[in-house]
Amino acid sequence: MERRSLTASVLVHLAALLLLVVILAPVVWLFVMSISSTPDLIAKPLHWWPGTVDLSRYGVLLSSVANSAGEAFVASLFNSIKVAGMATVAALMVAVPSAWAVSRTPSVGWSLYAVIATYMLPPVALAVPLYMTLAWAGLLNNVFGLALVYLTILAPFTTWLMKSGFDSIPREIESAATMDGARLDQILRLITLPLAAPVMATAALFAFLLAWDEFFYALLFTSDQRAKTLTVAIADLAGGRVSDYGLIATAGVLAALPPLIVGLFMQRALIAGLTSGGVKG
Amino acid sequence: MTSTWITTRAWLLMLPLLIVMVAIIGWPLVDTVRLSFTDAKLVGTEGSFVGLDNYVKILSGSNFQRTLITTFWFAVLSVSAEMVIGVLAALLLNQQFYGRSILRALMILPWALPTVVNATLWRLIYNPEYGALNAMLMQFGLIDAYRSWLGEPGTALASLIVADCWKNFPLVALIALAALQAVPRDITAASMVDGAGAWSRFRFVIMPYLAGPLMVALVLRTIEAFKVFDIIWVMTRGGPANSTRTLSILVYQEAFSFQRAGSGASLALIVTLLVTVLAVAYAALIRKSAGVS
Repeated sequence: MERRSLTASVLVHLAALLLLVVILAPVVWLFVMSISSTPDLIAKPLHWWPGTVDLSRYGVLLSSVANSAGEAFVASLFNSIKVAGMATVAALMVAVPSAWAVSRTPSVGWSLYAVIATYMLPPVALAVPLYMTLAWAGLLNNVFGLALVYLTILAPFTTWLMKSGFDSIPREIESAATMDGARLDQILRLITLPLAAPVMATAALFAFLLAWDEFFYALLFTSDQRAKTLTVAIADLAGGRVSDYGLIATAGVLAALPPLIVGLFMQRALIAGLTSGGVKG
Repeated sequence: MTSTWITTRAWLLMLPLLIVMVAIIGWPLVDTVRLSFTDAKLVGTEGSFVGLDNYVKILSGSNFQRTLITTFWFAVLSVSAEMVIGVLAALLLNQQFYGRSILRALMILPWALPTVVNATLWRLIYNPEYGALNAMLMQFGLIDAYRSWLGEPGTALASLIVADCWKNFPLVALIALAALQAVPRDITAASMVDGAGAWSRFRFVIMPYLAGPLMVALVLRTIEAFKVFDIIWVMTRGGPANSTRTLSILVYQEAFSFQRAGSGASLALIVTLLVTVLAVAYAALIRKSAGVS
């Protein structure tokens, strides 16, 4: 690094401070709102820091007293976990074999591009027939139905990630085992899949978060506590007549925690995926 | 093993994925095309064939034209702001300063925040009575009365764009930073020795490394922006006075609020066509950038 003048160094530090404030201020404010008392939040001039820390809303949202805000929130939390979990497992089950096949058999590679191309489709292009089919099958407002619909997003995504994962495992290892007389299922079970386990874990994590964040299909296909997911529950709170802004903020903090934690700890894998996926396609 | 067997085996392994894709993507897409030529309702009537009626009505209607313009402005303004701020942030993050690795790590926060939570957060910030933006501007003496940022047609779209930009510029910054780190040190050093100024150094030495990844980020973000639904639905539902209604919101209203499945489907296909054009441009750019590097 070339030497900088003192002025340049001061300017760089000031700019970095500005960027830090821009990035952090909204997130910190969300958290501050969640622990401020209502009088602090509606005071004029606004209290930027709460007089007393009020954690009661976390208790309210995470309790399951019948007919409370907490009951609806906890139900949607479990729905989100169920839907995202089922969709992730199903996506990996179809993605792993096909990703391996495409990775080892370049002649069928074009089909992968067809699969990835569907990832660009706007969800509105599928929404009407999916709604009618779910209604016909009795799967509207149902966690299984929503998980099935989420496969439209997660299956192409995980196939793409797993394919580049298998690409990085040398096929020589597999051919060596073939020469030693191993059958294909043995090779996959004993060699390839264990080597691909870290990629699979990453793919599963990102797929789960993708489903966790999804809103459009959940809004269309769920209507009450039996299937409503967290994102829909939060949008209801934000758009409804709830006057306790702190409660809305608390729901946001709780929904944001899993992806924020994963984002901070998996940053390296995330950026590697973004840049290599972006450049190589 | 013969190559025919290997190919057959590959298709067999792909079969589950292909069945799923045909069932939940291929077939619904075809059915959307079929519906787009009918006057079907969402529930109840099957509808009958009406030819191109839906398309003619949509393309000649003022709703669609106005929505297309709104979507266009949302996409152009938010994506270009994200690109400019993202590149500036990346250039900064590539400098030496105290706490650099912490700041780089924190850049992931806005991007990791779920879109719905981000929208909710900014809705609270813009709140006309108790919002943080009003409070802050008032305390700095920049406004003399609280304003309804999302409630006035003049400021609603701009406020949405700020919220969208805050969430997405860090992604551009991280992609650009990864590209900047690939610029060899000796090239920048040599250009300094040759007397290149900061701007020409950026333009002729650094930009060639940034161009490829930035193009990809640009097209991907533009596709996302054309499909935008979540953030607008949570913050304004397309209002006030339809001033923030984008194409996806219009499809939602047509097909689900008014239950006109037929014309909703044709509108959805028009959106799909627009996105496809962008996606084809994306593929062409990738091929080009792969050929260059």
